[in-house]
Amino acid sequence: MKIVTIKELLSATVLCNEDCLGKHVYSASCSDMMSDVLAYQKEQAVLVTHLVNAQVVRTAEMMDMVCVVFANGKKPTPEMIELANDNEMVLMSTDLSAYESCGILFGNGLKGGHKE
Amino acid sequence: MSDGVKFHYDVDGEDFTSAGRASVMVKKTLRELGLSPEIIRKVSVAMYEGEINMVIHAGGGCADVEITENKVIIVLSDHGPGIADVSLAMQEGYSTASDQVRSLGFGAGMGLPNMKRYTDDMVIESEVGKGTTITMTVNINA
Repeated sequence: MKIVTIKELLSATVLCNEDCLGKHVYSASCSDMMSDVLAYQKEQAVLVTHLVNAQVVRTAEMMDMVCVVFANGKKPTPEMIELANDNEMVLMSTDLSAYESCGILFGNGLKGGHKE
Repeated sequence: MSDGVKFHYDVDGEDFTSAGRASVMVKKTLRELGLSPEIIRKVSVAMYEGEINMVIHAGGGCADVEITENKVIIVLSDHGPGIADVSLAMQEGYSTASDQVRSLGFGAGMGLPNMKRYTDDMVIESEVGKGTTITMTVNINA
């Protein structure tokens, strides 16, 4: 699934790296606990979260994730956007809940990762 | 690649926001050295979890990374409170982290298990009141 499709499905606002919307994601993860995110192998994945701090972007970077969706209208800080810019990572915000966001993405064919 | 490329990083224990900087630098270096994405992810995730642990439990410390032809060795050392029961700390879900740390997305009791999961060998040496040294090895040609 292309990142631009995620944006459209979730009616999300893209906050940085709009030129990367053509990248593909192959799986998704949803958590506010970053160690849980780090425990599951994902290839070019998207992370759905409510958590807003710099470690969200660092965690996504460590897992080679290419997109983070902030649910419930949460917005990343300028520092997080700067970190994401260093990694060409798309950050977007949706007014949908994490539950609704995941349901929509899963229903459209985006599956979860697997534990190593 | 020549044997024994070594790097040293100091991990600042005062600032949670900066935690992970050393892991980011190691990741970039491994990428420049041409290691596979799988090896790079294993090393960087294991080191990142260790770095977070040093910041939230031990007030910082230092990280030494050595890259040889066959493996990457990461040594994380701190002078924090030490780990009283290592086998208990290795259980998924066990954590002594504060509610504040949990609100930041860590402290789920997955740090040490993740470090073990992503490495081929992990040795924990810890003494209560003196500190902890964790040595992790990721084999390149596994």
